[in-house]
Amino acid sequence: MPKPFNQLTAIAAPIMRSNIDTDVIIRIERLVGNNIRGTLGKWAFGSLRYLPNGLENPDFILNREPYRQAEILVTGPNFGCGSSREGAVWSLQEMGIRAVIGSGFGDIFFANCFQNGILPIVLDKAIVDSLASEIEATQGAGRIGIDLEAQTISSPSGKQHHFEIDPRRREGLLLGLDEVALTLQRDDEIRAFQAADRSARPWIYLARKSA
Amino acid sequence: MPGRTLLAKIWDQHVIAQISEDTDLLHIDRHLLHDLGGSRGLLDLKSRGLKVHDPELTFATPDHAISTARGRAGTIKIGQELLAALRIETSASGIQMFDIDQPGQGIVHVIGPELGLSLPGCLIVCGDSHTCTHGGLGALAFGIGSSELTHVLATQALIQRRPKSMRVRFEGKIPLGVVAKDLILALIGHVGAAGGTGHAVEYAGSAIRSMPIEGRLTICNLSIELGAKMGLIAPDETTYEYLRGRPYAPQGEMWEQAVNAWRQLPSDRDAVFDKEVVIDVEKIIPQVTWGISPEHVIGVDGRIPDPSAIGDPARRTAVETALEYMGLQPGAPIAGTPVDWVFIGSCTNSRLSDLRAAAEIAGGRKVAAGVRAWVVPGSETVKREAVAEGLDRLFIDAGFEWREPGCSMCLAANGETVSPGQRSVSTSNRNFIGRQGPQARTHLASPASAAAAAIAGAITDVRAMGR
Repeated sequence: MPKPFNQLTAIAAPIMRSNIDTDVIIRIERLVGNNIRGTLGKWAFGSLRYLPNGLENPDFILNREPYRQAEILVTGPNFGCGSSREGAVWSLQEMGIRAVIGSGFGDIFFANCFQNGILPIVLDKAIVDSLASEIEATQGAGRIGIDLEAQTISSPSGKQHHFEIDPRRREGLLLGLDEVALTLQRDDEIRAFQAADRSARPWIYLARKSA
Repeated sequence: MPGRTLLAKIWDQHVIAQISEDTDLLHIDRHLLHDLGGSRGLLDLKSRGLKVHDPELTFATPDHAISTARGRAGTIKIGQELLAALRIETSASGIQMFDIDQPGQGIVHVIGPELGLSLPGCLIVCGDSHTCTHGGLGALAFGIGSSELTHVLATQALIQRRPKSMRVRFEGKIPLGVVAKDLILALIGHVGAAGGTGHAVEYAGSAIRSMPIEGRLTICNLSIELGAKMGLIAPDETTYEYLRGRPYAPQGEMWEQAVNAWRQLPSDRDAVFDKEVVIDVEKIIPQVTWGISPEHVIGVDGRIPDPSAIGDPARRTAVETALEYMGLQPGAPIAGTPVDWVFIGSCTNSRLSDLRAAAEIAGGRKVAAGVRAWVVPGSETVKREAVAEGLDRLFIDAGFEWREPGCSMCLAANGETVSPGQRSVSTSNRNFIGRQGPQARTHLASPASAAAAAIAGAITDVRAMGR
């Protein structure tokens, strides 16, 4: 069950290259196995964060203070594109990220964020770029404020920006709702749909294998 | 009122309940599991004290983490554990699993169509972003994350926001030496890696109508690489001909009933799309990627772009990063770039027609010295059909390695990797940083272009090698 999200004021790290894919966020070999939760934080952005010899890359923003403390990422266009691996979100979460701000995200990554109580915020590219510039101008000291209830974010210099969010997603984050539990409450409707659909599209409903 | 799109027709047929203005609870007709996430989902369900809602609509096969060496030798330990867990958990839940060495095993997006599990008008999900592949048969199919996977196991339903609609019309006669992979790569180069984000893309036009199903599957497979998690093609006679008689396709009277229903699915003539793109296929030549995003693509006669000519800083940084990673010089021709590896396989291009196209180039020739070239068939059935035609022999005689079916080096989850710094021409779908292994450099191309690169030892224009 995701943790509720309401307000956050935190250090934000700009990672502005376009098309940062989920393979770059977490390499596949970190995700092979059924007991990986809790092991992923140190491998987030592995190919950018570490040198081939395994040492930290001092040039990568999340290896520098104060960005090491970042709980928000300000991202370039199409962040989280590519693979559906939810491990990308888990790895960000395990390194302490609670919100990502960008002009657009990969569709599946975007959905996976909500499932884990991470808030993805879509803003005009010009605003995202201005946030990144403001953060860089304060060497990362300037914090970003997010108020999900009010749907606003504040820049380090205090500029307020409104953001849009699907009301259902917003409520889910505010309350930390579990979608599986909610849908199971509608099981009668699911079964009624299937009963009617079975006569309309019988070829969909294959015979049950004896377990 | 304007006509309805293929997307709208399929979507509306699956609405169990409206959740909000643009969000519905949808019925899932087919749920495909693989070894990477399948047992994890089933164990997650068990830990919540829940059972699989409809095991007979759920199917599993190992593909991601198994070795593709003969006898599956060298399957990594964790891959063996995932395979064992998938066997135990699917069996306990009454889910059909297609195990290694059995017909039906293979890359999930190859076996779904091949078995007739994927049907027009079907809503299909799988914990894999290339699930959009199945759209080639007129299904609405998309990749989901682990949480949604558990949701589908528990409820056979999923809450989804209705995407916007986009239509891409590929018009004209496809030139000789150009194939589906070139068409879709050219489109991605044209609209960009986020050109379809938030949309379901319907591919249409004369080039699609004359394209066999396996080409359509390749087209839809790369939808996610232009940002669209769903891509689909209206079913037609080619679709029905392909599906007729497949093991899980309807038979007899039910087949007739199904085809009648499927004939109603294509977008109405007056349907309106949120976005439209038209591509003149007659101008397309064989494509190859040069960078770290599928949008970094050019014709094989092209030159590597110069970042200093790009105004937008995010794009410029991306191109600079790409050229540094790929070890390429701005302005240099892409043809002639020496390669170390060639990979023919993946859910994009591992079907029989793909192997035949590669074989046509490779037959009677030899892989260049210093190049390692693999052919990894997409499924056990593809493998057997290819062997029956003698393609395995042809590839082996030409110096290729003939492997067992699986995802293999497309994403290197099974430990099969391109070595650091080495350059690969691959028929897969992603040229991302480290995708084929840490520091591996990937160029995406069609099966024939990949075979041509293996023979020439360099990226090369396949049209000069055609027969």
